Amino acid sequence: MIPISWYLLFSAALFSIGLYGVLARKNAIAILMGIELMLNAVNVNLIAFWRYLSPEKIDGQAFAVIVFATAAAEVAVGLAIFISIYRRRHTVAADEIDLLKW
Amino acid sequence: MPIFELIFILVAALTLGAAFLVVTSKNLIHSALWLVVALFGVAIVFALLNAGFLAVVQVVIYIGAIAILMIFTIMLTRFITQSTGPRFNTNWIWALIISFLMFGGLIWIFNSWPGINTQLPPLPADFDPIRQLGIALVSPNAYVLPFELASVLLVAALIGAIIVAWERT
Repeated sequence: MIPISWYLLFSAALFSIGLYGVLARKNAIAILMGIELMLNAVNVNLIAFWRYLSPEKIDGQAFAVIVFATAAAEVAVGLAIFISIYRRRHTVAADEIDLLKW
Repeated sequence: MPIFELIFILVAALTLGAAFLVVTSKNLIHSALWLVVALFGVAIVFALLNAGFLAVVQVVIYIGAIAILMIFTIMLTRFITQSTGPRFNTNWIWALIISFLMFGGLIWIFNSWPGINTQLPPLPADFDPIRQLGIALVSPNAYVLPFELASVLLVAALIGAIIVAWERT
């Protein structure tokens, strides 16, 4: 059977790829996609630990459900902010949104 | 039972490849479509871990709502996103280094954890995660407070998104 290390390796790789997307991409929407990948890696870890260490309890799944709700809220607000920024400044490139930079 | 290993390796390779294309695609629409593939692969991983409900929720919420919302936003901001030159900022090499350091650090932490070779335990006799999850999310001595907070957070995000994206004339 599959040992837990495979799932941990998979989620670590997914998290690192998402982190690279967050740090390196210019477009703000692409940054948000990287955040989604990172949240998915976290969920894979939560579910893997739940299944391997305490399948008789349900806490891991409950945590994952809360992560789902938070991710949905984060994306809704983030995309609304991007649309608003695009309407005012005609860009969604993260390095051109520098109103607060001195 | 090598069939599960085979499925896992195939799905993991597909998901990681799709995730890599998400962060490197030139066209943002392609990024979003590869994001759908990656999210679907994660849903299959959930199904392999006997979390069928979360696999369905993953497809419905992530693919059905979040990815579609992103595609809408890309289309609403499209002309600029295609003409902003390079898709990576000037610090991309540092981002690569930090990502590899993160990966190496995570692997190191996993290696130093004594339970790294835990094998799959058999399912308990009364295994009914959907029923357990439903009870846990509304029972006062489990997760009712985080659950209600998540509901309030979603309402706040809904109203906030409408207010922020409102077009004032």
